[in-house]
Amino acid sequence: MSVDVRPMGRTAIVLEAASTGQVADLYERVIAARDEGEFAATDIVPAARTVLIDGIGPVDAAQVAALARTWTLTEAAHDAGALVEVPVTFDGPDLDQVADLWNTGRDDVVETMLATPFAVAFCGFAPGFAYLSGLGAQRAVPRRRDPRPQVPAGSVGLAGEFAGVYPRQSPGGWQLVGTVREVTLWDASRREPALLAPGVRVRFTA
Amino acid sequence: MIEVVDPGLLLTVQDAGRRGMAHLGVPRSGAADAPAARRANALVGNASTAAVLEATLTGAVLATRESVVVAVSGAPAPVFVGDVPAPMDRPIRLGAGQTLEIGHADAGLRTYLAVRGGVEGPLTLGSRATDTLSGLGPAPLKVGDRITVGTASAPGQELFAATHGAAPTIPGLDEVVELEVWPGPRADWISGVGALAEHVFHATTDSNRIGLRLSGGELAWSRTGELPSEGIVAGAIQVPPSGQPVVFLADHPTTGGYPVVGVLDEVSLALATQCRPGQRVRLRMAR
Repeated sequence: MSVDVRPMGRTAIVLEAASTGQVADLYERVIAARDEGEFAATDIVPAARTVLIDGIGPVDAAQVAALARTWTLTEAAHDAGALVEVPVTFDGPDLDQVADLWNTGRDDVVETMLATPFAVAFCGFAPGFAYLSGLGAQRAVPRRRDPRPQVPAGSVGLAGEFAGVYPRQSPGGWQLVGTVREVTLWDASRREPALLAPGVRVRFTA
Repeated sequence: MIEVVDPGLLLTVQDAGRRGMAHLGVPRSGAADAPAARRANALVGNASTAAVLEATLTGAVLATRESVVVAVSGAPAPVFVGDVPAPMDRPIRLGAGQTLEIGHADAGLRTYLAVRGGVEGPLTLGSRATDTLSGLGPAPLKVGDRITVGTASAPGQELFAATHGAAPTIPGLDEVVELEVWPGPRADWISGVGALAEHVFHATTDSNRIGLRLSGGELAWSRTGELPSEGIVAGAIQVPPSGQPVVFLADHPTTGGYPVVGVLDEVSLALATQCRPGQRVRLRMAR
């Protein structure tokens, strides 16, 4: 599938792919083009279907649009990103609920979480909150009808076809299946503040 | 050192914000009315990215513990040094032990105070800005807080840029604020984006540094379904299913799940940040 280019006001554009899997490819290509000096921009923001390029001038925007329209994106697994192992205790209060939604048992949910190769599709919601793709549409779950006013930091949750880890305590509506151990997801004083940045591959371990 | 005597409704430290971090979920933040903050900085010879104070609607009262040069810009408000009126958009010299009062804004919402040398404070991800959405940066200022003033760079008087763009007129509460809209990625999600200007909205009381929330007209969706989350910029006009648009401001989330139908340019964005609750607003496609 080729890339659709849409305006975002006068100083930003949105590149749209056909799927979340293709966004990983698109994001890599956009970053590579920026690194090669094809254009300058303030922020490059991947999301579920799109990559936003913010703070780009009109000449550069036209250049990127022309370039992107020549790309044929693939969903091929990207093994270029760094691999981060995240130890998880599967003690989440929504484990049974997720098992019901998947029409299986708790043990199988845990097995699936441990066996799935995840990748950070994009960040949002809060600094360092990563949307992890890998479960696929068939394991999509709805958000909780009543969001919790306080989800503890380190909680591993599921919503839609994504998994995510709350970097700090916050309100949240994701179905909670576990809690991470030993890792700090977000530290603004680190050189890389987010442990799980877009493109990073993630494996949950027991 | 400058001491906060009265922070008013909301007094925060702001600068040019956090750039290049949106992909990690870090909002841009920084001065809501960025041109006003730059103007205040220029008037005291600061770099445009120096940290300033952002006062909200009711102004602020500050006491100096050293002599400083300051400038006030943004929403027009009465300014007093002690009992003596002082001008906006001009440098003001204050001796140690003087009181600077920024009164309730006559029009607009956000007034900026730059101090020569810049407001000091801890850097978080390269910025001193208070981000009210994510909690990054220092807490809003409160009574008794002390603000450290930075060391001014080389005194070159050419840096005091009195002609750094005239301050724009901020519409009064009885006027309709006209905002220019450029196409957004999901303009096709509402029917008649070209007819935006037929609606007169008003700013609601739950507007804040995250977004200017508008009510009144209803921008009906022309389709059903859900939009996968996508990146957002300051000035983006998002239309949730209610049809009541939100104009995202400095502390906007980095991604959102409702269609962005248009985006304000920088001049209109600055005006949007100055809209008070109750202010009437018209959105007009630029072309």
